[in-house]
Amino acid sequence: MKEISCKLLVIGAGPGGYVCAIRAGQLGVDTVIVEAGKPGGTCLNVGCIPSKALIHAAEEFDKVSHMEGGKSPLGISLTAPTLDLAKTIAWKDGIVSRLNSGVAGLLKKAGVKTVHGWASFRDGKTVAVETETGVQVIRAETIVIATGSAPVELPFLPFGGPVISSTAALALGAVPEKIAVVGGGYIGLELGMAFAKMGAKVTVVEALPRVLAQYDAELTRPVVKRLAALGVEVMLGAKAKGLSTKGDALLVETSDGKSVKVPADKILVTVGRKPVTEGWGLEQIDLDRAGKFIRIDDQCRTSMRGIFAIGDVTGEPMLAHRAMAQGEMVAEIVAGHKRNWDKRSIPAVCFTDPELVTAGLSPEEAKALGGEIKIGMFPFAANGRAMTKLGEDGFVRVVARADNHLVLGIQAVGQGVSELSAAFGLALEMGARLEDIAGTIHAHPTQGEGFQEAALKALGHALHI
Amino acid sequence: MGEHIIKLPDVGEGVAEAELVEWHVKIGDMVREDTVLAAVMTDKATVEIPSPVDGEILWLGAEIGDTVAIGSPIVRLKVAGEGNVVADTKSLEATAASTPTPSPSPQGGGGRATASKGGAKPTSSSSANPKGIEGGEAAATESPSPLWGGARGGGTAPTSQVAAPSGAPRPEGEKPLASPAVRLRAKEAGIDLRQVAGSGPAGRIGHEDIEAFLARGPQVARGSGLARNDAIQDIKVVGLRRKIAEKMSLSKSRIPHITYVEEIDVTALEELRAALNKEKRPGVERPKLTLLPFLMRAMVKAIADQPNLNSLFDDEAGIIHQHGGIHIGIAAQTPSGLVVPVVKHAEARDIWECGAEVVRLAEAAKSGTATRDELSGSTITITSLGAMGGVATTPVINHPEVAIIGVNKMMVRPVWDGTQFIPRKMMNLSSSFDHRVIDGWDAAVFIQRIKTLLETPALIFVD
Repeated sequence: MKEISCKLLVIGAGPGGYVCAIRAGQLGVDTVIVEAGKPGGTCLNVGCIPSKALIHAAEEFDKVSHMEGGKSPLGISLTAPTLDLAKTIAWKDGIVSRLNSGVAGLLKKAGVKTVHGWASFRDGKTVAVETETGVQVIRAETIVIATGSAPVELPFLPFGGPVISSTAALALGAVPEKIAVVGGGYIGLELGMAFAKMGAKVTVVEALPRVLAQYDAELTRPVVKRLAALGVEVMLGAKAKGLSTKGDALLVETSDGKSVKVPADKILVTVGRKPVTEGWGLEQIDLDRAGKFIRIDDQCRTSMRGIFAIGDVTGEPMLAHRAMAQGEMVAEIVAGHKRNWDKRSIPAVCFTDPELVTAGLSPEEAKALGGEIKIGMFPFAANGRAMTKLGEDGFVRVVARADNHLVLGIQAVGQGVSELSAAFGLALEMGARLEDIAGTIHAHPTQGEGFQEAALKALGHALHI
Repeated sequence: MGEHIIKLPDVGEGVAEAELVEWHVKIGDMVREDTVLAAVMTDKATVEIPSPVDGEILWLGAEIGDTVAIGSPIVRLKVAGEGNVVADTKSLEATAASTPTPSPSPQGGGGRATASKGGAKPTSSSSANPKGIEGGEAAATESPSPLWGGARGGGTAPTSQVAAPSGAPRPEGEKPLASPAVRLRAKEAGIDLRQVAGSGPAGRIGHEDIEAFLARGPQVARGSGLARNDAIQDIKVVGLRRKIAEKMSLSKSRIPHITYVEEIDVTALEELRAALNKEKRPGVERPKLTLLPFLMRAMVKAIADQPNLNSLFDDEAGIIHQHGGIHIGIAAQTPSGLVVPVVKHAEARDIWECGAEVVRLAEAAKSGTATRDELSGSTITITSLGAMGGVATTPVINHPEVAIIGVNKMMVRPVWDGTQFIPRKMMNLSSSFDHRVIDGWDAAVFIQRIKTLLETPALIFVD
């Protein structure tokens, strides 16, 4: 096949890669993107988007289930609803496929050439792509590695049979009766809660003393409460040991050292994600590593000239929006603009019930800086809109410097608070002080008012609490 | 709520009373601790009285112009808590001891006269003279008054608009704070935001800061460790410094100076001085002679020929007060500022007495124990910067005197003796005269007379 030469080659069309390619195309850079699967990467195909579709369906089902027999305080009554998960999955697949073609269209519109196949480095300027029609060699001045990440597999619980990864969990044909979730991180809890709402008996096995360990206990308390209400059994300090011989249960060593069998039709392993650093010829170019990730500088440059890396392959936090921002930045650097990574915050959202949002520093992280801090917390129990949504659990919390009131971090837990991440991120990027947030009119009645009130609280004069 | 009584503190120098010259507050004002309440003036110094507590002014104990005894109540404040008034005003004396009366700083205690290289003169004005010399920069005068904009007691109030010098716009390790749009603009313009001071809240860098940074032009020194410093610190001119400024303006704006520089061969004088210092007489304690007593005696001799040089010129009245007594002010730098101690009646002191008096006064001035009398009443002034004296100076006359003699640095210079260059100890005298009353000719005659006396020092001792 005839060699292709281009200015920029992007390996991987996940959120980092495709954004990088689109932006480069917009800037007139001759760009080629290589993707073995469908465009959109983990996020669009087997991550953010499909999981949110499933979570939404589960939530709707749970809501209407509670209206059965006139039990709802809303006064709505209906007969027992049913869920056809196959149909749900088909609906979710429809969304994914619409977005797949959307991304493909955007790449095309930006003048980016897409090559379908598996890319491997030959050297720092040359990549060979195994396509359906043969090997395509691509020479590029600049190459961006955006190979992403994959679920971590446990050696004693290899994926297959009843043991599934998050990817397979999003493609089940029916709701399993009993699911054991190994790993009480955000992915495990998001999916575990969704399956619980759809009627599964869910057991979460977490090795650490608490779930969602990357968040502080105050923030996760409403989620823990909700897990109990949904009947999810949470085994803390417990270790998954393997599959029972019959394959119908998970062997678990509990915190007090006992061995128990957790009956399960499906065992969902969500113990984290690892960068995809194998299978594409990294050994040919021998880039410096930072742990298991590829080491990058503040312009996403790797140790080899002309090679950038973005997204999950470069480290934590492994979030789509971080990859997108990196991709955009790299495209602009390749187009000759002066850019470097100068973001103040990468907000993180956890779509459990209730949802969690964090942006910037937690109270502990802020305290660790050594300065005096102020914390303002406003509970949704005092927020009118939250009451009208039956969502009084949770709060907004603002962390600021005590000396100049510069906001360092914002967290929230509550129904639908993921949408507040926009306001939180903006406040941090703009360098807002408590007074800036307190002095901004927040529309009433919204949950966003909780943000303003939390800032007021930190200033010592909250109005509604 | 209690009442707190502020009494006129001891402003030093064994002064028993002081004239109230200024109220900075009025009844009903809220004051903070360290807010300047009033200024009082002794015959030597103006001292600002700060409030020792927060409170509301209830009563002011004197009118401007009143003479107030030290220890008299001057202000009553309503304060939170008990205050220092236990029962009624009769118990004042009892509680006085515990009253945290503000005391002027050690400098304030000295209340030293202002002086300078040019020899601002310690006036002999009475306590009623509002131009009396202000006291040292008492710590009490340093407190910025948050409740009164531009309060006179502001002291040095750094009100720089720029947060900090551009060399270090923020504490080490702290990231520059700017919105994404500002960051992008800085990046495109090649500006390192760490170099940019932010004028916004919490030191936030705005577009205007970027513009200001750009307007300063290319950073020539960037990367070399050198950085521009565009900070402007506003320092309020108060106390001694203000007094010096006033005196200097007065002298330079009123007096048309003529400055005359002549070089003196002090080789013989130095030999004589060394010999005199070497000579020891059993039982007689003598100070080590410096050059000053010789110059003072030479001046006495020269003034005997030209008494009009030893005058105070009252230009408003059109009268020259020609003094018989020759009171020589010696401008000297002390740790607390410039002072001009005065050697009184130099005409009646021999070289040893002059020397001893200079030593005594210098020490008194340095330790802050010089009395008002010792710091005022000069009729002519000597200014010397010693080893820093340089080649020539243009001394500023100590108004209302008519002459000032400036001593420059002595150094060995080659002098042509007619056949060869020989090393001689040479020293310049840079002297200024009030040209309104002293003609250039007279000035030259005066300095030439001193030159003759110093170059042939035996003449100083011959009547």
